[in-house]
Amino acid sequence: MNDTIRDVVFVDGVRTPFGKAGKLYEETRADDMIIRCIRTLLRRNPELPPERVDEVALAATTQIGDQGLTLGRSAALLAGLPRSVPGYSIDRMCAGAMTAVTSVSSAIAARQYDVAIAGGVESMSNHPMGEGVDPNPRIVAEKLVDTDALVMGNTAENLHDLFPAVTKERADAYAVGTQRRYAAALEKLKADFATMAARSSEEGWTVATADQLPRPETTMEGLAELRTPFRPHGKVTAGTAAPLTDGATACLVADAETVAELGLDASMRMVGFAFAGVDPETMGVGPIPSTEKALARAGLTIDDIGLIEINEAFAVQVLAFLDHFKIADDDPRVNPWGGAIAMGHPLASSGVRLMTQLAREFAEHPEVRYGITTMCVGLGQGGTVIWENPNFEGEQ
Amino acid sequence: MSSFPVDLPEFPDEVVTEAYVRFVEPPGLGGRAALITLDNGYDHTKPTSMGPAGMRNLWAALDEALASDAKFVAVTGKPFIFLAGADIKMMPLLESREQGLAMAQAGHVLYKRLKDASVPTFAFINGTALGGGMELALHCHYRTVSASAVALGLPEVSIGLIPGWGGSQILPNLIGPEAAAQVIIGNPLNQNKMLRGPDLTKLGIADAQFEAADFIEESVAWATAVVNGEIAVERPEIDRGESWQAVVAGARKLVDEKIHNASPAAMKALDLLELARTASFEEGSLAEDEALADLEMAPEFKTSLYAFNLVRQLGKRPEGAPSPGLAKEIGKVGVVGAGLMAGQIALMFARRLEVPVVMTDLDAERAERGLEYVRGEIDKLEAKGRASRLKAAKLRSLVSASADKGVYADCDLVIEAVFEELKVKQAVFAEVEQVVSEECLLVTNTSGLSVTAMASKLARPERLVGMHFFNPVAVMPLVEVIATSSTDEETLATAYAVAKQLKKTAVGSADRPAFIVNRLLGRMLAEVTGAVDEGTPVEVADVALDRLGLPMRPFALLELVGLQVAWHLCAHLNEDLGPRFPLSANLRRLAEAEVPVFDPEAKGRGRLTEAGRALLEFGDKASTAGEVEHRVLAGLAEEVALMLDEGVVPGPRQIDLAMILGAGFPFWLGGLTPYLDRAGISTEVSGKPFAAMRE
Repeated sequence: MNDTIRDVVFVDGVRTPFGKAGKLYEETRADDMIIRCIRTLLRRNPELPPERVDEVALAATTQIGDQGLTLGRSAALLAGLPRSVPGYSIDRMCAGAMTAVTSVSSAIAARQYDVAIAGGVESMSNHPMGEGVDPNPRIVAEKLVDTDALVMGNTAENLHDLFPAVTKERADAYAVGTQRRYAAALEKLKADFATMAARSSEEGWTVATADQLPRPETTMEGLAELRTPFRPHGKVTAGTAAPLTDGATACLVADAETVAELGLDASMRMVGFAFAGVDPETMGVGPIPSTEKALARAGLTIDDIGLIEINEAFAVQVLAFLDHFKIADDDPRVNPWGGAIAMGHPLASSGVRLMTQLAREFAEHPEVRYGITTMCVGLGQGGTVIWENPNFEGEQ
Repeated sequence: MSSFPVDLPEFPDEVVTEAYVRFVEPPGLGGRAALITLDNGYDHTKPTSMGPAGMRNLWAALDEALASDAKFVAVTGKPFIFLAGADIKMMPLLESREQGLAMAQAGHVLYKRLKDASVPTFAFINGTALGGGMELALHCHYRTVSASAVALGLPEVSIGLIPGWGGSQILPNLIGPEAAAQVIIGNPLNQNKMLRGPDLTKLGIADAQFEAADFIEESVAWATAVVNGEIAVERPEIDRGESWQAVVAGARKLVDEKIHNASPAAMKALDLLELARTASFEEGSLAEDEALADLEMAPEFKTSLYAFNLVRQLGKRPEGAPSPGLAKEIGKVGVVGAGLMAGQIALMFARRLEVPVVMTDLDAERAERGLEYVRGEIDKLEAKGRASRLKAAKLRSLVSASADKGVYADCDLVIEAVFEELKVKQAVFAEVEQVVSEECLLVTNTSGLSVTAMASKLARPERLVGMHFFNPVAVMPLVEVIATSSTDEETLATAYAVAKQLKKTAVGSADRPAFIVNRLLGRMLAEVTGAVDEGTPVEVADVALDRLGLPMRPFALLELVGLQVAWHLCAHLNEDLGPRFPLSANLRRLAEAEVPVFDPEAKGRGRLTEAGRALLEFGDKASTAGEVEHRVLAGLAEEVALMLDEGVVPGPRQIDLAMILGAGFPFWLGGLTPYLDRAGISTEVSGKPFAAMRE
């Protein structure tokens, strides 16, 4: 028995163009979106014989209807993968796809799989947040968790309270910046889009080729006028939050030897990962302890990290993270191609979107050795994955 | 926006197809493309079709798409349906040849825009594309097809029309006359065989094929590559020389042999196929317009539509069937007998009901032999890919055989398929009734014996019902359902429900001798053999009905059903219904012959051997073919009138449906009675046509 751990490699990732909930993909099935991603991934990597896929791990937050039926298995079948390829579903709310990647990666490192597909999907049109939830009455009766914890916007307002240095103005400025960075990187982002057919019974078929949500025209003045839906005279607006989004992502993860054997491209090497729990009422701080934990385990510090892809559930939560690590609000290492405030956040799918972007950014930055993908998670968690750039040209 | 250039009649009940235009920006195109979706607002169970309002919608959509900066224009359909053709419901409403001509011209003028467009046009055939739907696609410069698309083709000839919105002219010039003849004439005359996605690719009708999962996305990407010149679409050069003529001549010969040129639509289609070799597109279109207008006024089209609607409507909702809610669940089936028919029936029940089926015969050896036959048939299904490995294993586990009728104890339905003699069947049911539960249905598969006489010997006659399946059981779509005066509603409802589960079309018949199909075929054979007995040469009598284009000539029919069976049927009809069914001495001699009377070299064509001919004796009253034809038709008209008087069926529609599905009588005859009316025979025989009773 070989008891050494293997290198895990991120090969390639794709996503559908993201749609505004209730619009572009209102009549599109969630499983069809992730099936399209899987098929596109296989087409882009013809060197991979589909029967070599050892696992299909797919995430969705609401696992019913078109996101149910053990999505990992049913979508694999519907995508035309051989019946011999197994699959399962996975859920860690917003970090679903991230957890899908870390789960299959663990098994790859431990020599249980060679190749896996991981991804996530969320049709927030078909499955609005909180659909079908049945919170345990003890939450209220025993005051275990403040009910704020179930409303993400409230947790964001709570963060402003907790970190008064993160002002509304800073949040607005951050949002303007991410919109601009997105607009500038758009053509590069599109390289990883899986065009997606979407039908409307009132308008017929279209094929989505672009994200529907970005607002490149966003200004500080415009943001200042938005209402604060989560708290009267609060600080969180639609302009500093990720919008409700439909979309899917998928990626190919494998061990380094198999990647070499098949002639696939290694675009990132996994260094390590960590998840951490925090107060559910301020779930946005999650990335702080998860990143600290992951860095410590890897024997790295934040100074070793040259690129950061952090999911922008809310601007305030990104700024809290940056303050903690003493990184400037406009540091070019952070979300250089824009983030979820611009392109949207289809909950369980965003983790792989971060990775796909980081992989592309790595290719452009051979001077960078390490990067992280990180995100906060509802009910108080954070997740962080540290990646190494195979294009790194500096001193090892 | 331009207005539609052809004046079309209005159809207030038209299910209007919308033509939505959306602009997409495929990566790499460097601009926009127009994507037109045809959608009638219903799901796939109500396929999209083209009527006047739909045509105007598509016209407007093309206005928008072609006036735009789109680099290509593509047409597709709602899920599973591309376009199912011209609206068939409006066809009977065309009041004049002028209206028919206008509809034909309208299709041409509309679709021509796709052909003449200055930007490339594409059809993304995502699903069902029939007739005018397929023709829309044929006008586009390029076509993609979904690998999962079903119900594709040009079925017009099957209902008495021709593909007259360009199909007859474009298709042969696209894929060659031979393949086109198969699609336009061969398939419609072969039980209206439909094509599937991969067939379109193989035939060269589609230029590219993509899986259904992301058909639209991949089609758009492919079209972009074609427009960009990254993909060159190659098509074979079509030889418009003598080989074309030879193909048309060959097709003419086939149509003559198969249906003796009885279908005017098939003949017109052949003419158009010939024309397509040399005609310009405009000449071809004009010829199609005229052909459509002519055919729409032809009686064969009206009777074809009647037949089409019979199969679609009456076939789905049999008249006289009690509420389906009364039907009992069938959890296990018994088949009495393990002969050939019993084996076929057992296999059919196992395949369709997926419940245990147990056969019995007199001893273990016969029972085992019967089971071996069924297993052999399952092996064949598996080998042909018609049953998966799992399905075949399931069927093997479902069917069993025994010599002990005790196995019927927990059956919910027991059907007998034993020798066709009343006493035998009565004895079987007496025995079975001892074993089965109170609730068990008893079914006879008799082809003509009195079900009432069988019921009379039963302790519980109310649970007996007749279900007459036709040979070969797996193929023939008809089952005659026979209730006696004592059959209860639950039993009858269950019989109809079972017929539906078996995917058969049920037609109810009163318990009268030989029910519907066999009685009429028996009468036909009685007249033909009668004419031979009187002195008409077999060669003359056998071709006397050619003009009708029946699926087989009388002697071929005799060969198929078997002479002994035919003799048995005729003798039985003679006994029950009298001298209208005279006993043919020649038929008896052939049936009793100890030498082969049909030429095995010409199997299925009913050609007598020398030995067979030598058995025949002729009177001195020879008839001409015309006289035999008249005699048969008059006989059939008389028999139909009597059957209606006797209440065998509620009306002529049931007779026509039964003859179409049970005897393969063609659509252009409308089954039987519309033709008898058209030929003037019904009036001659009974003083009035059957038309009024068909309403």
